[in-house]
Amino acid sequence: MSRPYIRPVSRTGWWLAQPRYVRYMLREISSLFIGGYMLIMITGLYRLSQGPQEYAAFLTALLGPAGVAYALVTLVFAAYHTYTWFIVTPKAMPLVIAGKRVPGPLIVAAHWLGFAVVSVALWLLMTAGGA
Amino acid sequence: MGRSHKPIVWGLFAAGGTVAAFVLPMLILITGTGVGLGLVPESTLQYDNLRALLTHSLTRLVVFGVLFLMLWHAAHRLRITAHDLGVRADTLVATVVYAAAGLGSLLLALALIAI
Amino acid sequence: MSERVVELEILRYDPDQGEAPHFQTYSVPCREDWVVLDAINYIKDELDRTLSYRWSCHMAVCGSCGMVINGEPALACHAFVRDYPDKIRVEPLHNFPVERDLVVNMDDFIGKLTSVKPWLIAKDPKTIDEGAYRQSKAELSVFKQYTACINCLLCYSACPQYALNDAFVGPAALALAHRYNQDSRDVGRSARQDVVASNPGIWECSFVGACSEVCPKSVDPAAAIQQSKIASTGDYFLDFLMPWRNKSAQSGNDE
Repeated sequence: MSRPYIRPVSRTGWWLAQPRYVRYMLREISSLFIGGYMLIMITGLYRLSQGPQEYAAFLTALLGPAGVAYALVTLVFAAYHTYTWFIVTPKAMPLVIAGKRVPGPLIVAAHWLGFAVVSVALWLLMTAGGA
Repeated sequence: MGRSHKPIVWGLFAAGGTVAAFVLPMLILITGTGVGLGLVPESTLQYDNLRALLTHSLTRLVVFGVLFLMLWHAAHRLRITAHDLGVRADTLVATVVYAAAGLGSLLLALALIAI
Repeated sequence: MSERVVELEILRYDPDQGEAPHFQTYSVPCREDWVVLDAINYIKDELDRTLSYRWSCHMAVCGSCGMVINGEPALACHAFVRDYPDKIRVEPLHNFPVERDLVVNMDDFIGKLTSVKPWLIAKDPKTIDEGAYRQSKAELSVFKQYTACINCLLCYSACPQYALNDAFVGPAALALAHRYNQDSRDVGRSARQDVVASNPGIWECSFVGACSEVCPKSVDPAAAIQQSKIASTGDYFLDFLMPWRNKSAQSGNDE
């Protein structure tokens, strides 16, 4: 007769057991800040559609200390998201060219190159009007 | 076992995650922290500049697509995170996060149409 | 050869005592080239014959001696004592019922493994006399890494989603399903999808990636599951756009 012992698992605190779980949780928590930032951006566009005065009030709040602090935290999480997303891309989408597996680090490097191109383009596009 | 319908939300999650990985850090730098830290010209976020940027309907379509996908990416990942933190009312959590993303998407579409 | 005395703290559980498990410490004089399994064998031979654990090949092939060593799932035959401090804590694999000491019950895994049909489902099955199913090197390279799985269950021990949800099919079984799905000689994918693409299948995975980090054979189950998610998402939308697609695939498989 088997009387096995079932070890309890903490539903809320399991991720504190190992550093890799903590790193995973940080990656996942990025969604809270990114989601919030999206709502801020949508609000901004909505105010923009209402008129200059409504938008000016939104901009004041956005560029206030609380707004900048929130954006800074979100920036750190967004950068971590980018890092973690690119690093797993070769796993999720392995690339075979001419019967040979493209090395993972090469795929990751190509993504960072794309990131640089997109970032520069976005910068030029958005800041050009003010220059 | 029946096949899952999760591909709908997972597809949006994956697409939005890819968009966010490429676009979001610079987007936040420009719209959120750059002006305050003096890295970005102050005129960038001014009313006239943004309205001028968004005059073309193709630009507005791209802005919609990018923000829509990142919003759904965050919503789906937040659902998983709630589960990971011990919130087991998955149906309720899913309803709340997807409803918020749906409302956000609607508001975003209305705003971009009105601009 | 130099010796070092190492304290092994081993989790003991005796189902007949009706008590919770406790750690028992043994002092073991370990040789330089010993692995943790050698130290445990020393305990069994010289110090305490009541200790229960599984092992067989002593060369990372059979997959029997999976344990949690200093908090990390590992094969005891693959973990050199010299890489550890003077105290080594050995526990049975996490996320499985403990039968006795370091022995866990793996029935749940065996059931899940069987449910994904991890064998070749050929379009035209051949008899042995008719010879082998042929395959090119390039076709083999697509899935070769997934054939290395030895069912040691380290990935299940490391997986928090399996810990949180008993129903999750889990890393090794899903990686083996992917291995056969990727095999050019196999046509069983649609039959496997009923389990693989269900909610407790690939969709319970949140890509923690711990399974791949602890895998002693570099199988990378996390990669297999992500690839299955992408393929299944493609299926889902194609089936939605072309409802006849899925039906023909399934009837073709029933024959």
